[in-house]
Amino acid sequence: MSGDKASGVVERVARESYGRLVALLAVRTRDLASAEDILAEAFAAALAQWPVEGVPANPDGWLITVAKRRHADLLRREQVRMNGEPHLQMLAAEIDEAGELPDRRLALMFACAHPRIERAARAPLILQAVLGITARAIAAAFLVSPASMGQRLVRAKAHIRESAISFSIPERNEMPERLNAVLEAIYAAYSTGWDGVDEGASELAPEAIWLAGLIVELLPAEPETKALLALMLYAEARRHARRDRNGCYAPIDRQDIALWDHAQIGKAEALLHAANRDGPTGRYQLEAAIQSAHVAQRLGGADCWPAIVALYDHLVAATNSPVAMLNRAAALAEVAGPEAALAELSAISADQRMLGYQPYWATLGHLRLRAGHIEAGREALTVAIGLTTDAAVRQHLRLGLDAAS
Amino acid sequence: MKYMMLIHHDDEALSKADQSLWADYAAFNEALVKAGGFAGERLHPAAGATNVRVRGGKAEVIDGPYADTKEKLAGYFMIDAATPEEAVAWAQRCPSARYGTIEVRPIMDMRR
Repeated sequence: MSGDKASGVVERVARESYGRLVALLAVRTRDLASAEDILAEAFAAALAQWPVEGVPANPDGWLITVAKRRHADLLRREQVRMNGEPHLQMLAAEIDEAGELPDRRLALMFACAHPRIERAARAPLILQAVLGITARAIAAAFLVSPASMGQRLVRAKAHIRESAISFSIPERNEMPERLNAVLEAIYAAYSTGWDGVDEGASELAPEAIWLAGLIVELLPAEPETKALLALMLYAEARRHARRDRNGCYAPIDRQDIALWDHAQIGKAEALLHAANRDGPTGRYQLEAAIQSAHVAQRLGGADCWPAIVALYDHLVAATNSPVAMLNRAAALAEVAGPEAALAELSAISADQRMLGYQPYWATLGHLRLRAGHIEAGREALTVAIGLTTDAAVRQHLRLGLDAAS
Repeated sequence: MKYMMLIHHDDEALSKADQSLWADYAAFNEALVKAGGFAGERLHPAAGATNVRVRGGKAEVIDGPYADTKEKLAGYFMIDAATPEEAVAWAQRCPSARYGTIEVRPIMDMRR
């Protein structure tokens, strides 16, 4: 086997098995950072040996054996230093009983989304621990400097070690809350990609979809996971239609539906139906249902606005989120007119979070123009232009502004 | 925390900037004020600067830019941000980020 081919295998194994291997080793080390360290050493050994000695029949097993041996060395040294700490020996025994390689990526995700880990660190931690994405790439996606993202990750890993957060699937009774934190982290990773300045910033979107797909596979009875995956697929399916031929942002009612990925929409619909059948209606089911109604409206021509407003009513009741209220008001305009929508918006106009939120000002501006308040509408659209970092959205808003003068 | 955003412009890149730059700037300032920030000031080109220092009781006055760099201080604006991420997001919105660099600097609280 050529050296290139062997290092290709190393790369493939790194991509496909990284999270599983880290998870497996973390059970042994009780420490994410050292699990990553010994795995990195094992990969380095693979890069040196496989091109010369050939790729082993079971690459994952080979890597685990090398990493375990390295860990045993470290442990022995540690034991000499600490005069034999009993719980480390116990741990080592416990892990050897586990035998072959179970899929522990899920347990790893639950550890990363533990309530004691700060919320802002959960999504980055999952991306790094399960997928091996570098701190630098995660920092770029989350608009943080690489140094502070690195610190955040190190802090979170130290926290996992110190508070002895277990790498296990939570018990039934604590499952909903823990799963929710995992889903929230995955959605944060997805929307970070989605709201990115340019196409290049959206590289975390496929990772988020992959993680959600993995959870659907491993916990098939959870409706909210399916709904989250559906929600992301609805958005993905329309990605290429978000810009028109001139590079200008196109909202859903003006998108060319020929550019939609209909296979992906089909997948999203099937997941949403399965979620609805499986259990109680949660936040992601409502959001996915709203996307489904938008799609049905464009594809079938039926008026779905009343249904969309009703779905937003439930979403607002469930989340009390100002963003949900904003979107509800935009939908209400299609049913009850712009003045009614503007009256709804006044409820969130004092919310500090809305003042720097581009979609709030864009919606406010468009509604005011529709209601005939030209000056006030132009002012709000101007603020929206000042807040956007996306050139396509800026162009779209400028068209609205020019049309109103 | 309050941040000062220092705008460093590459004059050459700026001279090729889009016509819409100043309209974008007006929009940015409007957004900044609405969100509770402080619209900044724009400086005359660094070529017209005067540098003053006193050494051993003797004043030296030198004309021209302070530093011989491609990008020069061209203005500033200030914001009050809850997190460093929010400050970075404002820097990213500044039209000058497309033609130069925005240096984000937290302001020291001297009252403590």
